[in-house]
Amino acid sequence: MDEIQKNLLEQVAGLHEVPAGAYNIRANGASVERNTTANIDIVTKDDKQGIDIVIKPGTRRESVHIPVVLSQSGLKEMVYNDFYVGDDCDVTIIAGCGIHNSGDSESRHDGIHSFYIGRNSRVKYVEKHYGSGDGRGGKIMNPQTVIELGENSFMEMETVQIRGVDSTRRSTTAALAENAKLVITERLMTHGKQYAESSFQVDLNGTGSSANLISRAVARDDSRQLFLAKINGNSRCAGHSECDAIIMDNAKISAVPEITANHLDAALIHEAAIGKIAGDQIIKLMTLGLTEAEAEEQIINGFLK
Amino acid sequence: MLELKNLCFQVPGEDTGEKEIIKNINLTFKEHSFTVITGPNGGGKSTLARLIMGIERPTAGRILWNGTDITEKNITERANLGISFAFQQPVRFKGIKVKDLISLSTGADKKLSIAAACDYLSKVGLCARDYIDREVDASLSGGELKRIEIASVIARNTPLSVFDEPEAGIDLWSFNNLIKVFEELHDTSSNSLIIISHQERILNIADEIVVIANGCVKAKGAREEILPELLSGTESCKYYQ
Ligand SMILES: Nc1ncnc2c1ncn2[C@@H]1O[C@H](COP(=O)(O)OP(=O)(O)OP(=O)(O)O)[C@@H](O)[C@H]1O
Ligand SMILES: [Mg+2]
Repeated sequence: MDEIQKNLLEQVAGLHEVPAGAYNIRANGASVERNTTANIDIVTKDDKQGIDIVIKPGTRRESVHIPVVLSQSGLKEMVYNDFYVGDDCDVTIIAGCGIHNSGDSESRHDGIHSFYIGRNSRVKYVEKHYGSGDGRGGKIMNPQTVIELGENSFMEMETVQIRGVDSTRRSTTAALAENAKLVITERLMTHGKQYAESSFQVDLNGTGSSANLISRAVARDDSRQLFLAKINGNSRCAGHSECDAIIMDNAKISAVPEITANHLDAALIHEAAIGKIAGDQIIKLMTLGLTEAEAEEQIINGFLK
Repeated sequence: MLELKNLCFQVPGEDTGEKEIIKNINLTFKEHSFTVITGPNGGGKSTLARLIMGIERPTAGRILWNGTDITEKNITERANLGISFAFQQPVRFKGIKVKDLISLSTGADKKLSIAAACDYLSKVGLCARDYIDREVDASLSGGELKRIEIASVIARNTPLSVFDEPEAGIDLWSFNNLIKVFEELHDTSSNSLIIISHQERILNIADEIVVIANGCVKAKGAREEILPELLSGTESCKYYQ
């Protein structure tokens, strides 16, 4: 890997060198490094681009890293990664995509991640997206996440996209079985002329299932964002979605929360708030000696932390 | 160190004309002075403090800092000259932690040690360990927020600090403590304090008292002079009329 790829890898996966545990590093359309463990197998798909990650039942305190980096301008790819997580597991999965585009043609990564999570398992899934390079070519990522959560299982998904991605349409769908629990936190910042769309659909099918969807977004310059959150309560369940957004400059944000109760004991809440940075927050930080610009920076950094 | 000269502040009135909130105020705050500003609700105390900090700009009059005219200076410039202000209603932030706020207060360039941040918090009666990593957001109670606000100003340790009703919402035990903190601040440095307060016990520790009502200075002078009249009963008090 060259320096640009290493930098992307650090941005999206916090990796300086090869990680411990299982991993598969994909660079410019091909797997370049892979490691499997006794409990975690990674197999290349033979019918399409992508890999199967198979985690044995009972696997605990192990991690899988599957970062993707693209540094060749004009590369477009569609990749399918399927995770099969057995029963009684406790694992951390770190994905992420970094695109560096210094050329004039569009670079695009469309990743479809499917999670089939067994019973009584805990999965932490972290996904970061990052773009760099100042070529005229666009940096486009369209991540799709499909989640099937088995009985009593718990998944915590953390997605972050803070810089450099010109256009993104992300879609996350989840179906939860009995007593399954899903927590999703999204952090999104757009700038320049970027466009980001983030849609969620969560089906709370099992009795006692619950989902909490928290999105914090900042749109600056001329960027636009659309946030769609749909929660369907199909049993005795609890669902909550929250979109909290700051707009700056000429940016535009729409938030469209939707909750549907198909069961008498479905308890569903949505909250959405969009506004500019509160003036008194800036004033307070200025009284501590910060300039207005520094104050804004601190407020946004905190908000997206 | 701070001089207010013929300071006026008007806002557009509801029907016609201007509403005068501060009317031709002249005050001088000396180095190492301890002044409590009091007076009826709506009298203009907070507005005066906001004018001193630069949050509001006067419609007439000048503000001098050690002889230099700072009327046109913005909030940041005044903060860096050495003026601090604890808000009557402190601001909440999503995602900014108590230790971040204290650390910004002591100076963004210096990295504040956890121990030092804890010191400021215990001064205002907060058990530092429980608070240092909490966010300065809606999860804090009113009194907790107020104490963190006070700590953020103490941490700045500037030549002039203005506290707007620091006692509001603070429980009894912490209030006793707070009095000690103000006395100590006054005794151990040459910094000046201005405290806006309605509390007799705070009036009791001041060197100077200023009474502001209806946008004007109704009385000013040494505590011994002003306090007896103030305590003779608010109803009949001549300063409140
Ligand atoms: N920007 C403004 N526009 C209109 N009226 C204002 C503005 N700022 C302050 N006022 C009014 O000016 C008066 C003085 O307000 P101020 O907050 O300074 O009073 P205060 O002495 O601090 O009162 P309290 O003891 O209740 O805190 C009030 O009547 C208030 O409503
Ligand atoms: Mg006030």
